[in-house]
Amino acid sequence: MAIEIKDLSYTYSPRTPYAATALRNVDFTIEEGVFLGIIGKTGSGKSTFIQHLNALIKLQSGSIKVMDIDLTAKKPDLKRLRGTVGMVMQYPEYQLFDETVEKDVAFGPKNLSLSEEEIKGRVREAITLVGLDFNEVRDRSPFELSGGQKRRVAIAGVIAMRPKILILDEPTAGLDPQGKKEILSLIRRLKETTSPTVIIISHDMDAVAEECDQVALFSEGKLAAFASPEEIFYNDELLAETEMDVPSVVKIAKELKKRGANIEGRPVKKAELIERIKRWRDE
Amino acid sequence: MPIRFDHVSYEYPSEDSPVLAVKDVSLDIEDGSFVCICGENGSGKSTLAKLINGLLQPTKGEVTVDGATTSTEEESELFAIRQKVGMVFQNPDNQMIASIIEDEIAFGPENLGVPREEIEERITYALEAVGMSEHRHHTPYKLSGGQKQRIAIASVLAMRPEVLVLDESTAMLDPKGRKEVLKVAHELNNQHITIILITHFMEEAAQADRVIVMNRGEIVMDDVPQKIFSDREKLERYDLELPVVDEIASELIEAGIPIPSQIYGESELAEAIWRSK
Amino acid sequence: MNNIVFGQYYPTGSVVHRMDPRIKLLMVILYIVSVFFIQDYVMYGALFLFVIAVALFSKVPIRILFRTVRTIIFLVLVTSVINLFFTQGETLLVHWKFIKIYKEGIERAIKLTLRLILLMLFPSLLTLTTTPMELTDAMESLMSPLKLIKVPVHAIALIMSIALRMIPILMEETNKIMLAQKARGADFDTGGAIKKAKAMIPVLVPLFVGAFRRADELALAMDARCYSSVAKRTKYKVLHIGVKDIVATLFCLAVFSLVFLNKYLWAFDEMILSIFK
Repeated sequence: MAIEIKDLSYTYSPRTPYAATALRNVDFTIEEGVFLGIIGKTGSGKSTFIQHLNALIKLQSGSIKVMDIDLTAKKPDLKRLRGTVGMVMQYPEYQLFDETVEKDVAFGPKNLSLSEEEIKGRVREAITLVGLDFNEVRDRSPFELSGGQKRRVAIAGVIAMRPKILILDEPTAGLDPQGKKEILSLIRRLKETTSPTVIIISHDMDAVAEECDQVALFSEGKLAAFASPEEIFYNDELLAETEMDVPSVVKIAKELKKRGANIEGRPVKKAELIERIKRWRDE
Repeated sequence: MPIRFDHVSYEYPSEDSPVLAVKDVSLDIEDGSFVCICGENGSGKSTLAKLINGLLQPTKGEVTVDGATTSTEEESELFAIRQKVGMVFQNPDNQMIASIIEDEIAFGPENLGVPREEIEERITYALEAVGMSEHRHHTPYKLSGGQKQRIAIASVLAMRPEVLVLDESTAMLDPKGRKEVLKVAHELNNQHITIILITHFMEEAAQADRVIVMNRGEIVMDDVPQKIFSDREKLERYDLELPVVDEIASELIEAGIPIPSQIYGESELAEAIWRSK
Repeated sequence: MNNIVFGQYYPTGSVVHRMDPRIKLLMVILYIVSVFFIQDYVMYGALFLFVIAVALFSKVPIRILFRTVRTIIFLVLVTSVINLFFTQGETLLVHWKFIKIYKEGIERAIKLTLRLILLMLFPSLLTLTTTPMELTDAMESLMSPLKLIKVPVHAIALIMSIALRMIPILMEETNKIMLAQKARGADFDTGGAIKKAKAMIPVLVPLFVGAFRRADELALAMDARCYSSVAKRTKYKVLHIGVKDIVATLFCLAVFSLVFLNKYLWAFDEMILSIFK
């Protein structure tokens, strides 16, 4: 059990004329080791939800337990929490600030009050993990790097804290196809090494279908569904209700089935679909 | 009103090693066409965009718009070009100067010295053309990314351009916003406004008349979308990705499944696969 | 109703809200001057009634108006206390150890308190009934004679307009950056003044860098729409002086002239007291 969310609700600016309810009674459990995709229209509450997981937003109603840290406690251990739950926001490259790449990446570990040696080691490890040449970039100013490199440095800054749970808000936003491929591959790599539990928010249904084991679909502040990609993307009623788009693979499969093709199961990944089309034709 | 690039190169001034962002590009863009310029980051496509309306001036060669060169020191000549060739940029927030949409759209015509009454009409026309008429007196703050970009397009339309350049205008939008912007672009193209769409999303190129692929400052492919999409090997070399549906089509063809080689939407592909059995 | 940038503006659609903002601005300036010329208690009362009258016309609830006074309550108290204890005069009222309070001191303290409150009230009515954009337009219009001595009036107005547009964006950006750094363990709450200031560096640096980047992009967009600080431009929004503005001006001038008459000619206090004698 990595994260347990019970009856979570949240209203911005309560008791004022600007009050807006962003979350309504969200209830589910995220298991360790899962690759979770959070989807939903803009404004459905996804960002508000993830900001609760590392206490960037203070719990207003409901309860959250991250591993053994109880966020309903009077003074939850925020330091330990933020070392456990690493969060990469949207366009993280806009948050770089320090003089050198090495110093910027060290910011997180420093805030964890680690020893100088430990910090140095983690910084080197993180920068290498994101696919950058440590010796080449360490003394450069983060501001003179390319967009793609900047994003990697920003991610390194988070994984230098060795979070067991890694949350990324739209990690591929604004990237070109090559950049997207590289970031997704990086995330897979991180899942296998430092952060076994990964949660991403994304509008890219194709990526979610290819990468995620589980999907949480948010709609108007509620958790409309929490299931496997297959169960969600083939649930036409749910998709119509929540106005969600589906991955190309699913669209093609549905169209084929509509015409009477006996495509096995409910494929969501590209390779699965191609395989099953071939099998169907060979019948 | 043709746009012509004649052996154009552009070198970014830099302390250590100057970067040649655009290398000896020659190109003609016809009136009324819908051209997509694709390439990965660093291919030179954004630099090319800024060369079209003189925001950048070639370090070698010449760009002419309707016969007039962009390599001029005369502000009035540059403005004449920029009135004809409007441009919308990538970041929806960093293009707006006013807190009321009406004022924002008036900005361009005001700069051109258009009389008051005419500005009024142009604002009405522009907002209608992008489908944002009801937001005339609102502030842009609460709008979605797609809506903001539509306002940016309206702000340019009010200057009555003949060409609209969209410089990665969909890159920061969610899928819904992207659809909105593309719909407007195609509608404007139907009204004979030349559209030059700079993007790295190949699915946007599928509906263009012509696709130009850039790599490291050079034009490496220039053809109808159909031909571009069918050359998978080249696209891979230039780090471009076909939309998923076309990738699947391509792989099926490679596996020997007899479906025609064309650009596909999901239902067309399903139809073709079904027929192929 | 989407014009609210700062919390202050309180839309009610009243006649005061619809007045020409230049008139409102000028009347506030005259009002402030008048406050410094008040002589008798009667005039303090008159000006209070004046403010209440305008407030009623503006349909802004009186309690909202007086809330603005709360912000200076501390200043008012401190000033009046200082004057109470340190003014010398002729009539000694209280003498306890080294504390001496004169009649003049009490008078001074009261008059000062009234003046400060009055100074706060009417300008607050201005911001409650006028949007920041309208104020910018008003200032631009009032400053236009300065164009004759080559002051870049429009550029200044544009700067104010852009600032207004950017404020909510920058506020949101600051919040986003703070959240991102908090997610990396930053602590903005604990520590003394110096520690807290240092803790803001990871927020301020990206904010400034971002602001410069925005400015660059915005300048490019403005260039693309032919903005020139020197060329002639037309103006879409024109401010109109209407009947209500003339009536309001006459009313205000009447009240303010009473203040001056009181100071230099007629002693209203004595006049009224003599009626009762």
